[in-house]
Amino acid sequence: MRKYVVKRLLLSVVILFFVCFIIYALMRCLPSSYVERMAMELSQKPGAKSYQEWLDQLNAQYHLDRGIIPGYLMQLVEMIKGNFGDSWKFTVPVVEQFQKCIGVSFVMGAISLVLEIIIAIPLGIIAATKQYSKADYAITVFALAGISLPTFFFATLLKLVFSVKLGWFDLVGLIGRNYNTLDSMGQFLDKAHHLVLPITTLVVISVGSLMRYTRTNMLEELNSDYIRTARAKGLSERKVIYHHAFRNTLIPLVTVIGNSLPGLFSGALITETLFAIPGIGYNSYQAMIAGDIPFSMFFMTFIAILTLASNLLADILYAVVDPRVRIS
Amino acid sequence: MSDENKNVNQNGEEQYSLNDDRRVKVLSPGAMVAKRFFRNRLAVTGMVILIIMFIFSFIGGLVSPYREDEVFYRRDYINKEYVGVTENTEYRYLELTEEYGAVQQAMTVLAIQQDKPTIEAKGKTYDVVKEGEGLYSIKDGDTAIGAAYLDIVSAEDSSVKFTPDFQYQALLAYIGGGGAFTVDGEEYEADELGMITKGGESYAVCSRYIVQSKTSGTVISNEFREALIEHLATGEEAFTFTDPEGETAEYTLVYDPATKIWSVKQEVSTQVFDTYSFPSKTHWLGTDRNGMDMLTRLMYGGRISLMVGFIVVIISTVLGVVLGGVAGYFGGWIDNLVMRIVDIFYCIPSTPVIIILGAAMDGMRVEPKIRIFYLMLILGVLGWPGTARMVRGQILSLREQEFMTATEACGIRVSRRIFRHLIPNVIPQLIVISTMSLGSTIITESTLSFLGLGVKFPYASWGNIINDVSNSFVLTNYWFIWIPAGVCLMLTVLAFNFVGDGLRDAFDPRMKR
Repeated sequence: MRKYVVKRLLLSVVILFFVCFIIYALMRCLPSSYVERMAMELSQKPGAKSYQEWLDQLNAQYHLDRGIIPGYLMQLVEMIKGNFGDSWKFTVPVVEQFQKCIGVSFVMGAISLVLEIIIAIPLGIIAATKQYSKADYAITVFALAGISLPTFFFATLLKLVFSVKLGWFDLVGLIGRNYNTLDSMGQFLDKAHHLVLPITTLVVISVGSLMRYTRTNMLEELNSDYIRTARAKGLSERKVIYHHAFRNTLIPLVTVIGNSLPGLFSGALITETLFAIPGIGYNSYQAMIAGDIPFSMFFMTFIAILTLASNLLADILYAVVDPRVRIS
Repeated sequence: MSDENKNVNQNGEEQYSLNDDRRVKVLSPGAMVAKRFFRNRLAVTGMVILIIMFIFSFIGGLVSPYREDEVFYRRDYINKEYVGVTENTEYRYLELTEEYGAVQQAMTVLAIQQDKPTIEAKGKTYDVVKEGEGLYSIKDGDTAIGAAYLDIVSAEDSSVKFTPDFQYQALLAYIGGGGAFTVDGEEYEADELGMITKGGESYAVCSRYIVQSKTSGTVISNEFREALIEHLATGEEAFTFTDPEGETAEYTLVYDPATKIWSVKQEVSTQVFDTYSFPSKTHWLGTDRNGMDMLTRLMYGGRISLMVGFIVVIISTVLGVVLGGVAGYFGGWIDNLVMRIVDIFYCIPSTPVIIILGAAMDGMRVEPKIRIFYLMLILGVLGWPGTARMVRGQILSLREQEFMTATEACGIRVSRRIFRHLIPNVIPQLIVISTMSLGSTIITESTLSFLGLGVKFPYASWGNIINDVSNSFVLTNYWFIWIPAGVCLMLTVLAFNFVGDGLRDAFDPRMKR
C-alpha cells in the first residue's frame, strides 16, 4: 500500500511537471504585446517606473527573455521555493491574495457539498428502489434538468425572481451596504444571507450527477445475488435496502465524495463571478481577463495539484473502503 | 419431406412447423436497441425536442424573413425649437442719400403718426409720400432721399447685406403688388407675397416678420419663410413644409404674448436603432440591443451552438478513439506513454485555459468567424482524454477475446484489426459518451459566449444572447431577450442528456426494462 502511494505520488509529480510546462508554454505563447501592454499600464500609474524599465523587469522577473524551456526551469525553481511573484492585477504577492480569498470559496464549497449529499443520496435511493415509478421519473428529470441547466442561466433566473421581483437578496456581492455598522453576529448573518443564492445555484447545478450516481450504484447492488438471498431468507424490505444494499452503495459514494474534497478549494469560477463573491474563482477570473500571468499561473497550477490529489485520494479511498480491492 | 414441413393452407399462407426458426421473430441487435430505446419515454421526449431544435435552428434560419445581422430602425420624433418669429412694428429707415439723416428720420416718424404730407428739417421741406401700407418715401422734389418701412428685405443668408437702393426698389415693387424692377443693371422680380427672384431663383424676401434661426448652422430658406409667413397670416397653429430637397417636417407655431414672439417648433424624425422593442407581429420575440430580430438571432444562435457542439465532439471523439485504440491495442510502453499524456491533459484546468485563450484572442482581435474555429479546436483538443480512457479500457478487455486471436490468425493488418474489429465493439459506449458530452460542450460554449469570450458579435450564439443580462435593466425589464435563449439552451442540453441516458440503457442488455 505504502509503495503504491509513493509510486503514485512520484508519478503525480512527473505529471505536474508536464502540466506546469504546458501551462507555462501557453502563457508564453500569448501575444507578446500582452506583457508590453501590462508594462504600459503599469508605467502609467502615478509614480511608476518608465515603460522600458517595467518591460525589462517583467521580462526578467518571469524569465521571458529566455527560451521557453530554460525560462520554465527557472520559473519552476522559483515556484518550488514558494515564490510565485506579485499579482499584476491585485498588486500584492500572489500567495497573499490567494489566502485572502480562499476562505469564502471553501465555505461555499463545503456547505454546498453537504447539502448535495443530504439531498442526493436519499433521492437516489428512492429512485433506485422504485425504479420506473413516477417518483423515479420525477427524480431523473430533476437530476438531468439540474445537469442541463447552464449555471449562468439558472443564476440569472434566481436573481430575477429572488432579488429583483421579491427583493429578498442583493443582486451581487458578499456583504451588504451597512456591513460595517453591524456587530460580529450581524456581519456573519449578512454574509450568510448573501451566500444563499450562490449556494443554491451550486447545489442545483451539481446535485444531479451525485443523485444519478447513487441511483445507478444502488440499482446495481439491488440486482446482485446477495440481495436475492437476503430477500429469500425473509428479511424485511427495509432491512434489505438499508442494511445490505445501501451499505454496499456507500463504497462508490465514499470514493466519489472523497474525489470531490480537493475541489472544495478550487472555487466555483462561474458562480462566484456571476454573484461577484470575492472567492478564488472570481479573483482568478478577473486575473485571467486582465492577463495577470502570475496569478493565473498560480491558480492553474493549484487546480492541477488539486486534480491530481483528488484522483489519488479516490484510488486510495477505494482500496480502504472496499476490502475486495487489492492495490498492486 | 418438404411437403411435411411446408403446409399451405387454403388462404395460401405458409404455415411453419413448430420447430421452424422462421416462426420466431428475430430482431437484429440494432433493432433490439431501437426497440428498447423507443420504449423509454424520456429518451423519446429528448429525441423529439432535439428534432424540433434542429428544425428550428437549421430550417428556421432559412424560413425567417430576416437575416442574422439585419438591423431594424424606427423613427423617433423630437420637437425642437426651429425658428423664432417677431413682427416688426417699428418703422425703419433707408438712407438713399446722405441728406436723409437722423433729424429727418425723427421728423418722418412724427409726420407718419400725424399724417402730415411734408416734413421740414434744416430749412428744407421734403414730401412724405405714402407708397402703400408700411412704406413711405421721403422726397426732395422728385428724388427720393429716404424711406420709412415696416417690411424688411432679407436674404436667406443673414450676412448678406442689400444696398439701400435695392431694398427701396424691392419694397416699392412689393407694395405695388409685385412686378419687375432693375437695380444696378440687374433685373429682379417681386411677387405679391414679397418673394424676390433673380432670374427665376429665390433671392430675397420682403416681410414684416423677422425670422431668426434658433439653432446655429441652419439656414432658413426663402421658401420656408414664405410658407411660414403664409401660415402666420392664416393663424394656423401647425403646418407641414416640404423643402426643395424633399424632406418633410411638421411645424407647430406657439405665440408668446409677453415677448410677442412666435416660436416655431420643428418635429424632426430621426432614425434610431429599434432596440429592445417588445414582441410584436413583425418581431415575434422583439428585438435585441442592436435592433436585430430576436427570433432570427435565436435560430442562428442555435445553429452555431449545435454546430460547435457537434464539431467539438467529433474532434475529441476522433482523437480519443485513435489514441485510446492505439494505447489499448499495443499496451506496453505505448500504452504507458499515451495514458500519461491523457493524465496530463486530464490535469490541465480546462475552464481557465479556455478563458485565458479567449482573453488572448480578444487581445489579438481575432476575427469573429475565425474565432469560432479556434474555439472548436480548443474545446475539441481539451475534451479527448475522457474518451481515450474509455476506449482504452474497453479495448484492453476486448483484445483478449477469441475473435481477436482469429483476426491475428487470419493475418489481418494491425490498423484494420483496431479500427474494423475492436472499435466497432466500443461504438455503443462511444455514442453514449458523445451524446452526453454534446450537452456539456454546448453548455461550455454558451458559458464562454456568455462571458464574452466565445462566439462574438455579429454571430449569435445562445450564450451571447443571454450576455445582455449583464445590464441589470435588461434583466428586469426585457425578459424576451434572455429567457427564450436560456430555455432553448436548457431544453437542448436536457434533450441530449435524455437521449444519452436512453441510449445507455438501450445498449446495455443487463438493464432490465
